[in-house]
Amino acid sequence: MKPLRHTWQVTLRYLRALFRQPAWIGITLIQPMIWLLLFGALFKSVARIPGFHGGSYIEFLTPGLIVMLAISSAGWSGMAFIEDMNIGVMDRFLVSPIWRGALNAGSVAQQVIIIGVQSLIVVGLSLAVGGHFPNGAGGVAILIGVSALLGASFASLSNALALVVRQRESLIGAVTSVTLPLTFLSGAFIQQSLAPGWIQSVARFNPVNWAVQAGRSAAAQHTDWNLVATRTGLLAGLLLVSAWLATRSFRAYQRSI
Amino acid sequence: MHEAIFAHELRKTYPREVRALDGLSMAAEPGTIFALAGPNGAGKSTTVKILTTLSRPDSGEAQVAGIDVLRHPDRVRRSIGVVGQKTGATPEATGRENLVMQGEIYGLTGRPLRQRVGELLACFQLQEAADRSTKTYSGGMRRRLDVALGLVNRPQVLFLDEPTTGLDPDARTELWHEIERLAGEEEMTILLTTHYLDEADRLADQLAIVDHGRIVAQGTPEALKSELRGDALQVELAEPPSEGRVQAALDSLSGLSEIAIDQNVVRARAEHGASAIPAALNALEREGLSAASVVLARPSLDDVYLRHAGRVYHENGREAA
Repeated sequence: MKPLRHTWQVTLRYLRALFRQPAWIGITLIQPMIWLLLFGALFKSVARIPGFHGGSYIEFLTPGLIVMLAISSAGWSGMAFIEDMNIGVMDRFLVSPIWRGALNAGSVAQQVIIIGVQSLIVVGLSLAVGGHFPNGAGGVAILIGVSALLGASFASLSNALALVVRQRESLIGAVTSVTLPLTFLSGAFIQQSLAPGWIQSVARFNPVNWAVQAGRSAAAQHTDWNLVATRTGLLAGLLLVSAWLATRSFRAYQRSI
Repeated sequence: MHEAIFAHELRKTYPREVRALDGLSMAAEPGTIFALAGPNGAGKSTTVKILTTLSRPDSGEAQVAGIDVLRHPDRVRRSIGVVGQKTGATPEATGRENLVMQGEIYGLTGRPLRQRVGELLACFQLQEAADRSTKTYSGGMRRRLDVALGLVNRPQVLFLDEPTTGLDPDARTELWHEIERLAGEEEMTILLTTHYLDEADRLADQLAIVDHGRIVAQGTPEALKSELRGDALQVELAEPPSEGRVQAALDSLSGLSEIAIDQNVVRARAEHGASAIPAALNALEREGLSAASVVLARPSLDDVYLRHAGRVYHENGREAA
């Protein structure tokens, strides 16, 4: 009971802060549109490359974009931690009997909610410009679910890093140098079989690619359920490790102050 | 009966060999205000961090409300309230929302929670601003909210880390009244750190002067001041003296002790202040040092600090040799 109550309180605190920033809401709503229309137009001819078999490019792109948006918002999660350290809120929590796990879990839950909303917007837009989801709502739910799993891991790792580096600049550097390369080393925008061999090899160990593979397969026709299950399992494992790491990192933070 | 706060030989060194605490020991009786005074970097905040379970010492032991800080940090956290140097309130949330969340953390819910939050808002005159974002609060209001946050769980021991730093004089006096009321009516033990000696003088039942990570003097403010025999004599010279000339002039005078020089200001303790002035001025004149002004004062805590730390007290933490 106590862990849940504390987690909810932390989530509520973050959500409240976000919803009181109209600029943030605007950006969150507009960003998916820009990406979908931009990439949709830029890479349209990809669908005509011999060997591409993903249907229309919009249909191919949508799962990749949902995964990309998930990690690019969750990756910044640690910034809120650093802000909390700077204004003294983190210390106030740490001298209270709050469950340590709730500080990470609450932040992760907030990210998952954002990912859910953003993903639904992308799905809606995609349908509006002619995309299809052959597996219906179930397939879309799995797609959003694996994106949220991946996002939750990224948020935890970002929080852990924030507790260790405690500097905005270091976190920004780390996040930008991780999320973009991982996105392009996955099948988010280009079918893997069309990518160079070395990218295909690297992608096998890339969690972003796990989510793209599982999400895309679940949303498309002829779903490879074995692929969906194994990739989801891998992502769940990653989340457990990341969440444990984030909760552990409070000790590192407390040692340094 | 247990001491409300007990620390024994606390030591802590930060990375890069910064020694924050060098064997600090202290004890505070229940229901009293205990002040740790000293310049920035003396080790006051590190002591608070250790006693409030935020940080751990390299060695030493500590108990708060009779509970071992190192062995049972969770139990200590339930018995204390902490008001840190930084505000600690969520700026995007309202005062009420901040208090409600703090209450939930301590397991308060429903009606008792609403009641407690209402009480605290009333007590700290925050009712009107209760449903406004705390971003809009003045410095004094935010500090009152911080104290209210520290009191939600009715702590036995309250820690106030430099509570009045950055407040205007009115807000400062108001907070002083509040702190006195808490110790008086609510019988709370309060540990206060401050770099304002006048604040410690005004509020503390017991005062400890911290310097370089250890306590150099401890007692009631009155006792500490009366230990200093005589008045404080301060002579401002027209220009900074060259090395040794002030000593040469004043060393021979009887009744003057603890002579200290800070640029062109000479401080000394005078057994008989009134007669010391002409004697000292004459002696300085003979050395060719002319005085621009002379002040004679009853002992203050600044003098206590000078005596024990061997340096003039500067509130901004810089030290004079």
